[in-house]
Amino acid sequence: MSDSKKHTHEEVRLMKGNEAIAHAAIRCGCDGYFGYPITPQSEIMETLMDEEPWNSTGMVVLQAESETSSINMVYGAASCGKKSMTSSSSPGVSLMQEGISYIAAGELPCLIVNVMRGGPGLGTIQPSQADYFQAVKGGGHGDYKLITLAPASVQEMADHTVLAFDLAFKYRTPAMILADGIIGQMMEKVILPPFQPRLTEEEIRTRMPWATLGKPASRKPNVITTLSLDAQEMEDTNIRLQAKYREIEKNEVLFEEVECEDADYLIIAFGTCARVSQKAVDMARAEGIKVGLIRPITLFPFPTDIISKYADKVKSMLTIEMSAGQMVEDVRLAVNGRVPVEFYGRMGGMNPSPDGVYNALMTKLVNK
Amino acid sequence: MAKVKGAVVVNTERCKGCNLCVVACPSDVLILNKEANSKGYNFSMMENPDDCVGCAACAYVCPDACITVYKVRV
Amino acid sequence: MTTNEIINPANLVYAKTKVMNDTPMHYCPGCSHGVVHKIIGEIIDDMGVQENTIGIAPVGCAVFAYKYLDIDWQQAAHGRAPALATAVKRLLPDRLVFTYQGDGDLAAIGTAETIHACNRGENIAIIFINNGIYGMTGGQMAPTTLHGMKSSTSPNGRTVPLNGHPLDITKLLAMLDGTCYVTRQAVHNVAGVRKTKKAIRKAFENSMLGKGTSIVEVVSTCSSGWKLTPEASNDWMVENMFPAYPLGDLKDL
Repeated sequence: MSDSKKHTHEEVRLMKGNEAIAHAAIRCGCDGYFGYPITPQSEIMETLMDEEPWNSTGMVVLQAESETSSINMVYGAASCGKKSMTSSSSPGVSLMQEGISYIAAGELPCLIVNVMRGGPGLGTIQPSQADYFQAVKGGGHGDYKLITLAPASVQEMADHTVLAFDLAFKYRTPAMILADGIIGQMMEKVILPPFQPRLTEEEIRTRMPWATLGKPASRKPNVITTLSLDAQEMEDTNIRLQAKYREIEKNEVLFEEVECEDADYLIIAFGTCARVSQKAVDMARAEGIKVGLIRPITLFPFPTDIISKYADKVKSMLTIEMSAGQMVEDVRLAVNGRVPVEFYGRMGGMNPSPDGVYNALMTKLVNK
Repeated sequence: MAKVKGAVVVNTERCKGCNLCVVACPSDVLILNKEANSKGYNFSMMENPDDCVGCAACAYVCPDACITVYKVRV
Repeated sequence: MTTNEIINPANLVYAKTKVMNDTPMHYCPGCSHGVVHKIIGEIIDDMGVQENTIGIAPVGCAVFAYKYLDIDWQQAAHGRAPALATAVKRLLPDRLVFTYQGDGDLAAIGTAETIHACNRGENIAIIFINNGIYGMTGGQMAPTTLHGMKSSTSPNGRTVPLNGHPLDITKLLAMLDGTCYVTRQAVHNVAGVRKTKKAIRKAFENSMLGKGTSIVEVVSTCSSGWKLTPEASNDWMVENMFPAYPLGDLKDL
């Protein structure tokens, strides 16, 4: 709570995760939001339209004709060095994959928010985490990665908005907030980030010399393109991208450790599942079972090293997800066969309960 | 009566020999050279320079912007 | 006076605009793209807006437009140029923003982006090259391919039962309240080049005046795709394309 004392009392607000993203975007100097309505994240654009930031910070907010169009509006805005974002939910993010691949290839910074719902297909409007593969393994065509943040609270929805933009601009690469419908829809206390002004055009020209803002006589044309007919040139682009991803893996891993120090068993879960799992950890600890929890905050870069470290200390691990088991593959890669890695999950819009996680812990790990 | 005289200069390496300038010329000044440039194109050239009036029709229709036009009143 | 005496900077009446650089263009001999590129470069020069212009290149033959005109460029995904242009113009309202798109890009895969940008009245100029064929990928059928016209995916000619009708998207765009200027031109002769230049200039000026969306369709040739010489392509265009896509202003507010 000491951190919150730095802020004034009136900045502690009660709101939905989706609303927190909208407010944080305005406050962190976002230049443009382009989106298309889809449940369960429509409050992001609704909040922005209600706030009318074009009258305060000058931020542009536009409802596009499709997710395809909104991600390409982001592509255009990001090509100008502008801080731009879009948000959607699973089916809409599928539609954006072409544009995301272009943005990654064009080495452009932007923020994409995916408030996941159950799939596949049109699916449900209930929460899910089944877009993990799509987010962290690429999603669109070609070899690329998204910096992927997994908020587990309304506070983190706000904080990650700021962080995602910072990382996107630091590495000139798209960043994604991969939240689930529960985090988007639930209301919690949140301390919104402080206001920072949007960059001036002169600041953009200095910090992003590649931005297509119009060519002064003093420089050659800036061209944002993703086309290289020469295969060697394209491989060179890939080598540069991969080097950047290795750098991100080295520098930007974030995770939370809960009661891992003396743990015999380890649960790995992100987002809503981490919160449910924490309750299960409390239940097990009350029974004298030493269980810890690792909550990846960045899904790419994945906290491989810390999970690998615990593979030498614990008896077994359990991954909890709202999917058929996607992150569990990355956990198993980190563990590399040293201890069993089990999985428990719910799918299609269902979420695990603390009892469900506790029972999985007992049957799949402790009593096995 | 003042007479107009013109001349054109073809960037022979840029020319692709499409012949559109030859067709556009109202004075039948241009032809395609029998010689080809380094890319193998029979580039455009003035065959009847005395007839050129510097109207620039050739340059307007040239898709490769390889014609420069000059004109004097004599 | 000899030819060499006439060739003197003092007597210059026409030269390549400096906005167009010396990179040789990749287009086939006689391709209309080159003429339209040249015109755009000349207008940017005439208007003095080289520092203030952002072009959006398409996917298709003109994907490399950015290699030839010395302005800032963004290369869009296939059909998405109007979406990029929308964002750029809204974030930088004092810039000249235009898209350059072919018939496949604008009238097939990018139909939604095109119609909605026009319907919102985005203050952009759209240059639309309509040659009734996919040039870059090797002469496949386009939405604007004429009835009976052969292409590599309509080898026996376009038929209505199989392929539907040629799409006159420009006529459709003229119906939208967001468009302020919709015109159809061609660059097959000197008069056509002059009219097209005037039209694109007006479209660019509209963009700067914030009047709404301007569309300049340029009915064009594709000698390679049509399997005709450049000269015969122009004749074929006049005879076959113009009746389906008649030249002139469809809307000028």
